[in-house]
Amino acid sequence: MSTQYQIDEEGFYGEFGGAFIPEMLYPNIHELQQQYLNILNEEDFKAELNVLLRDYVGRPTPLYHATKLSKHFNTNIYLKREDLCHTGAHKINNALGQVLLAKRLGKNRIIAETGAGQHGVATATACAVTGLPCVIYMGAKDIQRQAPNVARMKLLGAEVVAVHSGSQTLKDATNEAIRDWINHPQDTHYIIGSAIGPHPYPDLVARLQAVISEEMKTQMQGNPDYIIACVGGGSNAIGAFYHYINDLDVKLIGVEAAGFGVGTNKTAATLQLGSTGVLHACMTKILQTTDGQVIEPHSISAGLDYPGIGPQHAHLDKTKRVLYKSVTDEEALQAAYRLSQIEGIIPALESAHALAFLEKQTFLPSDRVVVNLSGRGDKDLDVFIKNR
Amino acid sequence: MNLEQVFNFKKNNLLNIYCTAGYPNLKDLPTVLKALHEAEVDMVEIGIPYSDPLSDGPTIQASNSRALKNGITLKRIFDQLEQHPVPIAKIMMGYFNSVFQFGIERFCRRCQEVGVSAVILPDLPLEIFIKKYKKTFDDFGLSMIFLITPETSEERIRQIDQLSTSFIYAVSQSGTTGKTQGLEFTRTFLGKIKNMNLKNPIMMGFSISQPEDLTLVHQYVNGAIIGSAFIRQIEKSTDLKKDITSFIQHITQKQFA
Ligand SMILES: Cc1ncc(COP(=O)(O)O)c(C=O)c1O
Repeated sequence: MSTQYQIDEEGFYGEFGGAFIPEMLYPNIHELQQQYLNILNEEDFKAELNVLLRDYVGRPTPLYHATKLSKHFNTNIYLKREDLCHTGAHKINNALGQVLLAKRLGKNRIIAETGAGQHGVATATACAVTGLPCVIYMGAKDIQRQAPNVARMKLLGAEVVAVHSGSQTLKDATNEAIRDWINHPQDTHYIIGSAIGPHPYPDLVARLQAVISEEMKTQMQGNPDYIIACVGGGSNAIGAFYHYINDLDVKLIGVEAAGFGVGTNKTAATLQLGSTGVLHACMTKILQTTDGQVIEPHSISAGLDYPGIGPQHAHLDKTKRVLYKSVTDEEALQAAYRLSQIEGIIPALESAHALAFLEKQTFLPSDRVVVNLSGRGDKDLDVFIKNR
Repeated sequence: MNLEQVFNFKKNNLLNIYCTAGYPNLKDLPTVLKALHEAEVDMVEIGIPYSDPLSDGPTIQASNSRALKNGITLKRIFDQLEQHPVPIAKIMMGYFNSVFQFGIERFCRRCQEVGVSAVILPDLPLEIFIKKYKKTFDDFGLSMIFLITPETSEERIRQIDQLSTSFIYAVSQSGTTGKTQGLEFTRTFLGKIKNMNLKNPIMMGFSISQPEDLTLVHQYVNGAIIGSAFIRQIEKSTDLKKDITSFIQHITQKQFA
């Protein structure tokens, strides 16, 4: 397998990535760097994870030929149904894998950050089923706009900590989770929810989400022409791209959240507007001022409301292997309404960004287009109703 | 005096005070430095305010946001230091992204011009510094200060000692700044580093807030660093000179009298 799109020995994807961590985290990160590949490749780890993915998560998720949507766009559209995963999004693939990993590292306490609450719910679920206590950090603003997920996490036995610093969203929740880890270096494992953070997290999360494209390879004969996924930190996207990265006949498209629009200052379109810098311990593209202060992003979708992007995506953008586009809040809403009405599937607001891209491109009638439907929209009902 | 002169001149009972630039008010830095110098503090750590200070607890986080609201920038910090020079040994402390955006070479040059001797960037790991940036720092005679913690292996401490050119920053406990649970538990760590006979001086920071903390640290290593406790002291100050003097007198007790 060609490695030009993967990490080098020092944890960099080209100029992006690395582990920009304070010394307090060195033992933890070092241990993780040394161990993660061994553990992921252990036979009993794979067996335990695969059973859970099959019987508990409900994998493989279907690849659904959305005939009415196909007709609407006069092409062939397939939806990879991550929304049908237990807990309602792809996030569980990573959370379960990392909880099993944490157990093998001898950790007995789990922490995580969450934006939309999907990763928080997934982590709380994975902890419940494996019997580990967990603490979820969530921005105070997100706690308000994703109330159902907060209630779910609590029902699942997690402690939810409201984060009041900064923009009170995902970025700040991530800061606070990292601070918790600095304060509990021995017993705690931090489950990052996206393909972000210090090396080895971006690679670890990508490998755990790669099951998405692994299944697609068996569900579809030959390669699709396009794979489209939304990108917050980039975990569902990298999972959907992973096994196709070296298949250059497949056009890979990542869709960022433009918020009110890339010409406004209320946006989360990191690759379009960002510059190189360090956020959450990795070198990547971030939204920042010329003075290096991180800018508070905006997206109607809490899961995409993040001022950075995974370092591998920054690299895939730089090398032009993946094309990154953005769609606005309004375009995402309209795409969500359309899918609900013509296919009977209410998508998560995040996933609706990937669907909205269908409007932006003309496809051939013979094209086969896969959209990664990363999650379902139950958590977003309030927003859907309010904006109708 | 620069940092090297301080360490040549005085081996023990050293005191380093951390202050956030632009705090409590935009132009307070020179006043704070002057008061610290007159109170015979040996060196200062000038904090570069950052939107996402990962290693810091609530006190220093709040001082950072307030300073940013006041309008502080790295450029302004250098300008203030240039326009109102205070002859106290100076260290800059901040997060790598601020320096990276300012430009590494430009940053090093400005440090040299305004008499900053050393830099602490907790999120720039040793390995990346050596590989990518050390040469530029060396060119401008700027030292990088590395952190060690109770969790750092002896082998890594020795490696850090080899690569350090100023002092080693020993973090009293694995955690963010500003905890106030006392320091008794850190005696083991202090004893360990004392017995390692490292070539560089050791300054201990994090969680030092009381006179007895300072006494304890000074029994084992060369000096102590105080941050959050000082920030709390000047938060509401209307007379910086007076409040800083009384804080230093209180924290040092008779030691410097
Ligand atoms: C359904 C769904 N899709 C996508 C995302 C964005 O994350 P990522 O870019 O890591 O897939 C989230 C994040 O919360 C989500 O809940």
